[in-house]
Amino acid sequence: MIGKLSRGVVLTIYALLIAIPLIVVFSGSFKTTSELFANSFGFPPKPSLDNYHEVLTGGNLATAFANSAVITVCSVVLTLFLASLAAYGISRIPGWKGVVLLGVFVVGMSVPTQANMIPQYVQFGQLGLLDSQFGLILINIVMTLPVAVFILGGFMKTLPTGLYEAAEIDGSGAWRTYVSIAMPLSAPSLAATATFLFVMHWNELLYPLMFISSDSKVTLPLALLRFQGEYLTNYPVLFAGVVLASVPIVIAYVFLQRYFVAGMTSGAVKG
Amino acid sequence: MTTTELIVTATAKKRRVGVRRAGRRTAPALYLFPVPALIIYVAFFIIPTLQTFQYSITNWDGYSAAFDYVGLKNFGRALTGDTLFTNALTNNMKFMGVVVVGQTAVALTMAVLLMKNTKTNVFLRALYFFPTILSSVSVGFIWKFVYDPNYGVINSILGSVGVQGPGFLGDATTAIYWLAVTQIWFHAGMMIVIFVAGLQAIPAELYEAAEVDGAGPWKRFTSITWPLIAPAMSIVVAYTTIQSFKAFDVVLSISGNPPSRALDILSTRIYSTFANSQFGYAAAESVLFIIFILVAVFVLRRFLRLIQRGES
Repeated sequence: MIGKLSRGVVLTIYALLIAIPLIVVFSGSFKTTSELFANSFGFPPKPSLDNYHEVLTGGNLATAFANSAVITVCSVVLTLFLASLAAYGISRIPGWKGVVLLGVFVVGMSVPTQANMIPQYVQFGQLGLLDSQFGLILINIVMTLPVAVFILGGFMKTLPTGLYEAAEIDGSGAWRTYVSIAMPLSAPSLAATATFLFVMHWNELLYPLMFISSDSKVTLPLALLRFQGEYLTNYPVLFAGVVLASVPIVIAYVFLQRYFVAGMTSGAVKG
Repeated sequence: MTTTELIVTATAKKRRVGVRRAGRRTAPALYLFPVPALIIYVAFFIIPTLQTFQYSITNWDGYSAAFDYVGLKNFGRALTGDTLFTNALTNNMKFMGVVVVGQTAVALTMAVLLMKNTKTNVFLRALYFFPTILSSVSVGFIWKFVYDPNYGVINSILGSVGVQGPGFLGDATTAIYWLAVTQIWFHAGMMIVIFVAGLQAIPAELYEAAEVDGAGPWKRFTSITWPLIAPAMSIVVAYTTIQSFKAFDVVLSISGNPPSRALDILSTRIYSTFANSQFGYAAAESVLFIIFILVAVFVLRRFLRLIQRGES
């Protein structure tokens, strides 16, 4: 009885610790600064969209939102495509060759970003890919390939090879088998990987910070970070930015929660 | 036998037949599939990683055509002569210590309480996981306000009951620990999920048998859960350690770019060195950074194995 009660208390306190900051930020985004400072917890006395108007017009956030959307979608799709091709090939190459190939990719998961960002900056500069959306897409792909190959490869390894062989006896080539057998059967794993990549790419800050110099090319996290200088203590405007930047991911989380949890924990080693 | 097992055995049989019939070998086309990913990965990931080691022994500033190889001088400077770097290293160690212990303890406690797949538990796990999906920049902003000394969430509660709250991020001696709290809030949810999976893999009969033998909840925890949670624990500790070195966005957003000295950790230090056009030196700091991570993960895992063996 006491055990049950204390369990309930602990769980409730932790739930409040998680929820209160989020509620304060959400409700705060509809308040003025003085309303927020007077009462950060309550419902906004006169809910207003002024802060949203401010971030979207003054803060360049609309452009950043569009840039982030394009970059994230392209990065996720291309990473999934390249990684699933690799994972498919690797999972069907028998013996040590397959193991070594997988190992080459997996090693990348333990390499922290700081270990290659400086030469990458130089390299992308030489290729004229700094301050370009294509450059950001490419670097997103590069940095998440290891973890994507790891998750997808692990999954495809469990697919029964007999299915491939049956299809090939019926005359379909390796490509047809990839498209019509490996891909559909890997759908759950693809979905989990996609959500994981979505979170990673949508929230990416370091490379945009290094690469992007024009205002017209900023991504959301970068735009938000730049706000901090402009709206130093104008919390409600910052909060509106936070809410806008989080909306797509929160919506996706509500509907695809299972895949989020699966994808993000299997990618946990990378994070 | 489950359906998957049936499929697997059935296909295994089929496979042997197939092998005999066609004398199959791997289709050469299969080797082409990893090629596009491999090219990009080697060109833009592997090669730059190796170049970091090369840069680390130069004095290159990032734009001059000429530079010199300076041997291990950069490393000597970082470890002995550069207070900015040693400050970041000290901060990082404190940060890591609190995050690894705090996050693991919080996550394991919550996972034990949320182990069963009831509706409430599944909901709570989803709620606790929620911060993980937010961008680090958002989390930084949220906590900047939580910690605001005058109007922030914590101090306005304390103020209303007449208590003078702490200075949080403005207090140089404790700022890094408050940052650790933010990091735990941010990532504990994922660790809870990993622990829950680990706990659910422990056979329920063990607990039933222990209960029959009259073992109380604490006894059951120390003699069953603790030793058998080792694999999950090892993942959580390694991940948390790496994560606490890689925190970067959250520091910049909570403290600004460049961050205050009290919140400067290795990843932000390396970035600042890079941004100051000291590419060679920043690369040397990166190499040290990699070494620190490897050592930290190794030491913590050893330590973990020791205490887990000691108690079981």
